[in-house]
Amino acid sequence: MEEYLDTIKQIIADLHPELDDEDREGLVADGILDSYDIITIITQLADEFDAVITADKITPENFDSARAIAELVDEILND
Amino acid sequence: MLFTSYAFIGFLCVGLIIYRLAPVKARPYILLALSYYFYAHAGVWCVVFIVSTSIVAYIVTVKMDKQAIARKRYLAEMKDVISREEAREYKARDKRSRRRVLIVGLVLTLGLLAVVKYTDFTITNINSLLDLVGSESRIPLAGILMPMGISFYIFSTVGYMVDVYREAVTPTHNPFHTALFISFFPQLVQGPISRYGDIKEDLLNPKPLKADSLKLGAMRVLWGFAKKLIIADRALIAVKAITGDPEKYSGAFVVAGMALYALELYADFTGGIDITIGTAQMFGIGVKENFIRPYFSKSVAEYWRRWHITMGTWFADYVFYPMSSCKLIRNISGALRKSRLPRRAAQRIPVYITSAVVWFATGLWHGASWNFILWGMLNFAVIMISQELEPLYDKFHKKFRFSTNAVPYKAFAATRTIVILSCLRMLDCYGSVGTTFGAFGSIFTGSPAVLFDGSMSALGLTLFDYVILLLGMLTLFAVSMLQRKGSVRTRLLSAPFALRACLLIALFTAILLFGAYGPGYDVGQFIYNRF
Repeated sequence: MEEYLDTIKQIIADLHPELDDEDREGLVADGILDSYDIITIITQLADEFDAVITADKITPENFDSARAIAELVDEILND
Repeated sequence: MLFTSYAFIGFLCVGLIIYRLAPVKARPYILLALSYYFYAHAGVWCVVFIVSTSIVAYIVTVKMDKQAIARKRYLAEMKDVISREEAREYKARDKRSRRRVLIVGLVLTLGLLAVVKYTDFTITNINSLLDLVGSESRIPLAGILMPMGISFYIFSTVGYMVDVYREAVTPTHNPFHTALFISFFPQLVQGPISRYGDIKEDLLNPKPLKADSLKLGAMRVLWGFAKKLIIADRALIAVKAITGDPEKYSGAFVVAGMALYALELYADFTGGIDITIGTAQMFGIGVKENFIRPYFSKSVAEYWRRWHITMGTWFADYVFYPMSSCKLIRNISGALRKSRLPRRAAQRIPVYITSAVVWFATGLWHGASWNFILWGMLNFAVIMISQELEPLYDKFHKKFRFSTNAVPYKAFAATRTIVILSCLRMLDCYGSVGTTFGAFGSIFTGSPAVLFDGSMSALGLTLFDYVILLLGMLTLFAVSMLQRKGSVRTRLLSAPFALRACLLIALFTAILLFGAYGPGYDVGQFIYNRF
């Protein structure tokens, strides 16, 4: 999972350069990531890791932090 | 059976007594009988549609669930026998098989909706095309009547089937329970679009009822009645007069009509949902909120997150996200990012393509006509333009040290949102694209003085009615302000009995005295009932 984390943090930093804490939680709960950001992340995860995130996996909890997204990628690739 | 009818009040009282006296285990069946009785009042023929939908939903969800159970059992038993690759392949095969079952369910339910709602729209468009190419032949309209609430219960059913396919919920294997989820009567008039996972516990495994749920529910129903009867049905009279004769009522009248419609629609839809949620609460069933003070929204996008929430989240979960994560959109996105387009544009174009489809579908869901489709696409355009202009707004706010958190700015932004939405809603009010544009163009002609020379009295409302509407609007605003600190009803419940009694008696008396019912008034069905 750690191998995905840096790339995911970079994707989030590109979308929201104003974020100073790359380990921040509550990205969805606090309204930082909107649906546009989530779709961008999904397409980039497919490009970077070949991880296809289906609609049922798009939940606020799965996108609330870089770590949660990395766990999701890990789950999809190792399922 | 109108919510605002004596028949409904009688039905509710009798239903509550039976429900509360019945053993807890029998309550879902009582509720099912009550729901079908309520629904049959809209026309016994309507029952055929809801029964068919329930049968399809039951067969599809149980079939998918049985397959999922068999898969899990097989994989558990064969854990040490088959390889990881074989297990993965087995899962993929199972998923494909369940998807086929889901597709059958979706085709049957959405197909039913399409036939009853869009047949005449399709025929009309084909006839227009025939006319365009000079053909004399015409296809006669089918004239299919739309069963009450079909758009709402079909959407709930589709959500249920998809959730079972995704294994997000475990379906019931009791056909009567499936039928109850789909036909729960308070939701049949105008939603909200409930999710099985949210409502199943209260609906199918009822707990002993608490006294507070009856009180809180009754208060909410009363408040809904006040909104509908005092405000919505009164404003409706003037709105009907203005939009019914666009030649006569142009210019400033159009502006007045749109302001009144903004008030009417809010009081009508939120009032109806108050009655729905309050009624469900009296039966001990929690239904999801459908509004969070939508007229306080600072943008159209925010408004759509706060208005008809269950429809918005339905489209997000079952259309927007599945489409966004589909292969086609991913391919488009990948190609755009590799192209020479600016990065921001490359990221946003696929999302806008998906949003456009969602808004097209939202427009079509609201009505089978071009005015609703245009209404949906204009909503999309406004949201997209605002998103694209956001960096510009930010620069402007920074340059002029404008605080977007200050009350004057919030008030300005909320007013701007209401004005934009009122312009878009003209398409709904006037019913045709041509008439809407004609009426909109006329706003900039004529003098606003016509609003103050007594002409407004010719719209069917007296000065007294306008005063009632103004007071009603101020009350709605005051209650919305109070709601920001939590539920008003819960606070009322812990207030001294005398205060509570006075307020409720005052509200009840206001409905009796100022409600728009009786001779001279045309009691209106809820606006969202026609969708």
